[in-house]
Amino acid sequence: MSGKEILDVTLILLEYLVPTLKLFFFTLLFSIPLGMVVALLKMCKFKPVSWLTNIYILIMRGTPLMLQIIAIYYAIPYLKISENLPVFLKNILDGIDIQGDAFMFRAVLTAFVLNYAAYFAEIFRGGIESIPKGQYEASEALGFTKIQTFFHIILPQVIKRIVPASSNEVVILVKDTSLANIVAYAEITLKAKQQMQIYSSLTPLFIAGAFYFVISMVMTVVFTFIEKKLNYYR
Amino acid sequence: MSMLEVRNLSKSFGSNKVLKDISFEVEKGQVVAVIGPSGSGKSTMLRCINQLEKADGGTVNVCGMSMFTAGENGGAVYAPAKTLREIRLKVGLVFQNFNLFPHFNVLRNITEAPVRVLKMNRKDAEEKGMELLKKMGLSDKAKSYPFELSGGQQQRVSIARALALSPEILFFDEPTSALDPELTGEILKVIKELAEEKMTMVIVTHEMAFARDVANHVIFMDGGVIIEEGTPDEVFGNTSNERTKQFLQRFLE
Repeated sequence: MSGKEILDVTLILLEYLVPTLKLFFFTLLFSIPLGMVVALLKMCKFKPVSWLTNIYILIMRGTPLMLQIIAIYYAIPYLKISENLPVFLKNILDGIDIQGDAFMFRAVLTAFVLNYAAYFAEIFRGGIESIPKGQYEASEALGFTKIQTFFHIILPQVIKRIVPASSNEVVILVKDTSLANIVAYAEITLKAKQQMQIYSSLTPLFIAGAFYFVISMVMTVVFTFIEKKLNYYR
Repeated sequence: MSMLEVRNLSKSFGSNKVLKDISFEVEKGQVVAVIGPSGSGKSTMLRCINQLEKADGGTVNVCGMSMFTAGENGGAVYAPAKTLREIRLKVGLVFQNFNLFPHFNVLRNITEAPVRVLKMNRKDAEEKGMELLKKMGLSDKAKSYPFELSGGQQQRVSIARALALSPEILFFDEPTSALDPELTGEILKVIKELAEEKMTMVIVTHEMAFARDVANHVIFMDGGVIIEEGTPDEVFGNTSNERTKQFLQRFLE
């Protein structure tokens, strides 16, 4: 490929970096709080809740994300054409517009959020359970309420402990966004593949790879910074 | 007036009876040392009185407030949550392994409970915290983090943290057991100073010499029961109890 062609391809791919980053940020935005809720549900003392949550986590972590994206993307169209559904469900499904990019984004995002929440939940749970019992007992003896104990004593220590594992998860997510191309979500990998065919050259793939690499590096630097910031205590 | 009244306190873990009908009283200004071999139930007793374990039966009154009473069919009937909370603020507890909050600096460790629990304003709490630190000889450590301190210093901070809530009774659960002998002395000195100020204290300890010197009442426990109690002279000096003699043998030699 000539220098001009490379520049053209880079600009096109740069444009499709936006949907990639959009998927990345929205996944983090929703999956982190959802992961926290899932972690707390899994630690729930009422066993059925804990079991159901565990089944959810097992499925999400035990099956490929790509399969989950396909399943969720096609689930609603398939349900729409199935005939023996309760009326209220049919009404809800009729209200969903399955045409267009908005639906595609929502379906893909749902799959990513459900999947990543399961991973984050396990990280959060590990962090919460690693806090020594003495911290709870000291808080209790000092008269803190359960909520005060969680937010002021436990959570700050949990955050410090989960930063390395979360950093790993976030860097994996940068690259996992490429899986969305399986349902033709127009992101950078999908475009790179198209450009590869147009130019009969691997160069577009290398350019796309460079983009992922740079974002991963930026994320690594950000998390190293956070880790350092939290290093004021041990 | 008795500050603490324990009647027939009992507690089991599964089929293991850890406390069997423990009864004793603590008067205002008294320093009580609880001694006994490991596994004798000393710590469990302390934890029951500090609401860290649920008792199975008996009666406990703290500062004239009933924490729980014996139920009709034997169990312990606890007071309403509001009373339990009030009682909680009347007692302080110092742990064996300090349990300081690692993410707060020393001063914040001390002020956090007064600010959040007693709703004291932060400036007043810090003033009081600095006073307590001065008393503990740690004025220069206010901005340090727990991991930067020695074990003895950490334990002094945890004593200051307990004192910040102005408890009526202070409990110590083996306060020097996690410290090497050199650092033990500084904690014992602090406790001695508190005793001179007539602070009411109950101290579970393995430091026999200290128990004899500082306490004005000694309780010897073994196998979940109080074998003997009395003044240090009675227990250490001329006990007639065989089990006590046996336990104190090495110390008395």
